[in-house]
This record gives sequence, C-alpha cells and structure tokens, in this order.
Amino acid sequence: MTLRQEMAQEQPIGSDDDVVRVRQLVRTFAQQVKLSLVDQTKLVTATSELARNTLTYGGGGTAVVEIVNDGRRSGVRAAFRDEGPGIPDVAMALTDGWTTGKGLGLGLSGARRLVDQFELDSEVGRGTSVTVVKWTR
Amino acid sequence: MERVPILKIGDVLLVSIQIDLQDQGVLALQEDLAERISVTGVHGVIIDISAVEIVDSFIGRMFTTIASISRLFDADTVVVGMRPAVAITLVELGMTLGDVRTALNLEKGMAILAALGRQRGHGDLDEGSDDDLLDEHDMSDEHDESDQAVR
Repeated sequence: MTLRQEMAQEQPIGSDDDVVRVRQLVRTFAQQVKLSLVDQTKLVTATSELARNTLTYGGGGTAVVEIVNDGRRSGVRAAFRDEGPGIPDVAMALTDGWTTGKGLGLGLSGARRLVDQFELDSEVGRGTSVTVVKWTR
Repeated sequence: MERVPILKIGDVLLVSIQIDLQDQGVLALQEDLAERISVTGVHGVIIDISAVEIVDSFIGRMFTTIASISRLFDADTVVVGMRPAVAITLVELGMTLGDVRTALNLEKGMAILAALGRQRGHGDLDEGSDDDLLDEHDMSDEHDESDQAVR
C-alpha cells in the first residue's frame, strides 16, 4: 500500500532554536491529524530527542515533517537526516544508557518506545537518518 | 535567549516555566538557580511545570541536576504541576526522575517544603531516622489524595 502524502514541511536543524521549532512544527501537524493529547506529547517528545541528536551528534541536518495516510488512518511522519559521522553499532546505540556524549543515553531508545514506527539508517562517515511515524488510533 | 524568572517567597525560590525552553535556556536556569540559592540561603526550591507541554530527557535531567545542586546548599527541590500526558511520556521514555520530589500542585509542594523545614528546625544529629519518618509520611499523603489526582 502506498502512503498518500498530504503535506510536508522541511525544517533545518542548526541550532538550539531549531530544536524548539521542530517541536512546534510536529505539534502543529499532530493536532491537525487529531492525535490524542498523550500521543501528541509522545511524538513531540520523541522528535525533540531526535532533533537534538541530529544537532549534537550529526553536526546539524534537516527534519522533514509530513502528514501521511495509509487509507485507514492518518499519522505524522518525521524524518531526520544528517551528514555526520554515523553510528558504528546501531544495535548498541538503541540500548538504554548507551551514549558517546554527555546525555543520559535515553534519546534513541526512548524515542523508539514513544512512536509506532521507527527506522534508523546509518553509515559511518556518511551520516544518519531516523524516521518515525505516529498513527491515529 | 529567554530566561526564566526566579521569584523568592520567604524561604522558597519559585520557578514557573511558561515557555518552550531551548537547551541553552535550560542550562542558564540551572546556573541562575544555583547562584540564587547560594546568595539567598533559602531551604526550598519549587519548579512549577504546569504550563510545560513536553519534558524530554534534557529537561528531565535538569530537574535531577537542580535537585542535586540545591541539596549541596541544604535546600530541597519539589517539581509541581506535571501534566498527565507528560508523566505518561516520561515513564515510557525511561526517565523516572529518581530522587526528585514531586507534588500535584504548588500548594502541596509548599506543604512538603514546610514539613521538611519543620524537621530541619527540630533536627538533631540523627538525620537518617528523620528522613525515614518523612518518607513514610509522604507516601501516606499520596494515598489519601489519590482521588484528587484524577481530574
């Protein structure tokens, strides 16, 4: 089944301000598809973690936020892409508490728990992309 | 960068976060609070997050950091007013906020600090047993008021 893309918006991530903008953009889209308040909060929190990762570990990048529809229900998809150093061991990076930075190591693993779909693609030296989707119930 | 105002009410510093804080703002608040606690010598800090729509791991860590810092200045920290959706999300994210005291609202937060203040006043050298007593008291409090927790 092909996903029907209804609208998309790109947000560059190059500063702290942009992390806040990503949160606000995702919140707007989540309200448009009428995600429940709890699901909105989960999605915005997950994308906040991912946007910060893009900035901190990827050296900046972009977020593309869009409304998707699989024919039965709507959802919000957020795709984060950077051209940073990449993640050598993806399985390890998805473990609670794993971190190379100063964080708690909850960003990636926590974000995955908060969304319905989670895809991580990373290549050392090329960059990382993470895509998440939250569907309406 | 926007800064969060810190208000002093008697023996308590009150911080009410009303904006979507960027990470630099979070770090600035930690530093401002440490400075104000050391200057004023208060024994309590209340962080009101009733207007905060999301708490991610960065903001969550600020709470535990502020609690640890204020501890070093003999002050207690209470986070009040957490929204239900934020609480659900925090648990799923994997942040339990460990040692950070929480209360349903500002009034209950002030009551907790007042109770801690009384203990401080009567404090003798055996602080360990005092803390145990207080913990039990807190838990029974939460049970009593669990009905009110559901709005």
